[in-house]
Amino acid sequence: MNAQIAAILTLDGIASGAIYVLIAIGFVLIFAVTRIIFVPFGDITAFTALTLASLENKHLPGTVGMVAVLAAMATLMEIFSLWRKGTLGRVPRALLFYLILPLIPAGVVWLTAGTLLPTALRILLTVAVILPIPPLLNRIVYQPIADATVLLLLIVSVALHFAMSGLGLLFFGPEGVRTQGFVDYTAIIAGTPVSGQAILILGSAIFFSFLLYLFFSFTLTGKALHATALNRTGARLMGIRPQQACTIAFLLGALLAAISGILIAPVNTIFYDSGFLIGLKSFVGAIIGGMVSFPVTAIGSMLVGILESFAAFLSSPFKDVIVFSILIPVLLWRSYTLVHAEDEDEE
Amino acid sequence: MALLSIENVSVSYGKAEAVRNVSLEVDRGQIVTVIGPNGAGKTSLLTSAIGMIPASGRVVFDGVDITSLPTEDRIEMGFCLVPERRELFSEMSVYDNLLLGAYSRRDGSAAIRASMEEVYSRFPRLRERHTQKAGTLSGGERQMLALGRALMAKPKLLMLDEPSLGLAPLITREIFRIIASLHETGVSILLVEQNARAALETASFGYVMETGEIVHSGSSATLIDDPRLIATYLGGGAH
Ligand SMILES: Nc1ncnc2c1ncn2[C@@H]1O[C@H](COP(=O)(O)OP(=O)(O)O)[C@@H](O)[C@H]1O
Ligand SMILES: [Mg+2]
Repeated sequence: MNAQIAAILTLDGIASGAIYVLIAIGFVLIFAVTRIIFVPFGDITAFTALTLASLENKHLPGTVGMVAVLAAMATLMEIFSLWRKGTLGRVPRALLFYLILPLIPAGVVWLTAGTLLPTALRILLTVAVILPIPPLLNRIVYQPIADATVLLLLIVSVALHFAMSGLGLLFFGPEGVRTQGFVDYTAIIAGTPVSGQAILILGSAIFFSFLLYLFFSFTLTGKALHATALNRTGARLMGIRPQQACTIAFLLGALLAAISGILIAPVNTIFYDSGFLIGLKSFVGAIIGGMVSFPVTAIGSMLVGILESFAAFLSSPFKDVIVFSILIPVLLWRSYTLVHAEDEDEE
Repeated sequence: MALLSIENVSVSYGKAEAVRNVSLEVDRGQIVTVIGPNGAGKTSLLTSAIGMIPASGRVVFDGVDITSLPTEDRIEMGFCLVPERRELFSEMSVYDNLLLGAYSRRDGSAAIRASMEEVYSRFPRLRERHTQKAGTLSGGERQMLALGRALMAKPKLLMLDEPSLGLAPLITREIFRIIASLHETGVSILLVEQNARAALETASFGYVMETGEIVHSGSSATLIDDPRLIATYLGGGAH
């Protein structure tokens, strides 16, 4: 391996690492606020890519049906719980948030299916269709067990992932897809060709990470989310509603998953079940960051991406084996240091 | 009509009953104290009043039966608790902690800035340390931040759970002076304390709680001279 190949592999790794960064930040964000390890995160990424591909092929994406089913379930559950609490006055609001808003983008996609819209519009619609899925799943699956232990929530997450894969097969079918590239440009940096797509991926990762940083540092909603993550009791005593914070966390996570799905669509062939491995690799990045630190998570995810790229060069069929076995000692070390950090946190 | 009335409230943890059939009232503009030894059920009483743990009985605040309202709705009504454990956001700055104190308010950023200014002039230490993380403050400063954060909500009623807990005597005196001065702003206070003498000197009315029940009540002036209390709680009046 010469320096040129090493440079190409590194750049390649940085590009896939950047996608893992977005997903890993989503994992950390959702976990910090809700204590849920949202295993189906990768599935959302895959469904985004599949939705974009369907739109490109002028098919009606399966996501539309999925959103409709989830919205109907969430709305029924919400109305039932409002009825039990005797606060039926809130039904119109529930209809707006759980039924009407999620169905608007799905409806637009349904109406325009069969016409090829401009790329930017296709991307926008895809993101808008995907966005409500995680918050709706939160309402249906997690909200009824919000006070459960982290372990139970994790088990439910794993079950939810399998359910989502099943739905993916049902709604999207078994074929793999890959969309056209968004940019047709190759830069030469220090004698190494760099694809425009890679630059786009890295740029998006940096841009959205920065946006998230601004959100948490400078908006009251961002601070309220941060406060909920730090101290749930304290946050409730300020009047911050945990379920509202959870919904916002899931919505932000959904945005990150959708963006990563858009970015990965032209570079990888995505199947209905590709999400799991993408999610698992990102999750490793999140673990390196201890499920708390955004910067360490970002660095960790980058390392995973680069490691994967070199492993793929050395032995393509074994790349996942190489990645995960090299990471085991890192994870052991992390879990050891983390347990101790938590002990110190107790007052 | 009383601002807060707690009616026949009981709290149980499994089979153990921590609060048994307690009733008490706080009038507008009044400081009322609940004193009693460790384990008497004082914290359980306040925590149930704010709606964080389930309880039987009835809680009426500002003329509204709030028994079945979630905690966040109670906070929005101007009913606040400074808990025994403070529950500060230790990784966030003093400023952010105060800002979040105003989360439940809907009266705009100018009014919130004015409240922030009021809190800073009441607690100059907080202004000096406004960029510092709450977790790096001293015990007394943390209690001041907890008080300041609660004041940012512009509460009608403030419940304070052992504000002097773990503080040095000099700082304890400072905290009680501040509590007395808060009263002048018109906020009503329900003060829970083990430091019975200081609490009764600050409050106008007191309840004594033992093993989950109210065993005495009366104006602070009568309680402070009650021989039964002097023996158990007031250290023989040797101050
Ligand atoms: N979370 C809990 N689970 C079980 N028992 C509790 C819990 N919190 C308090 N208790 C018990 O309830 C009783 C009253 O406690 P508490 O309300 O903290 O009293 P105080 O604030 O007066 O010290 C004590 O016997 C305590 O052990
Ligand atoms: Mg207590």
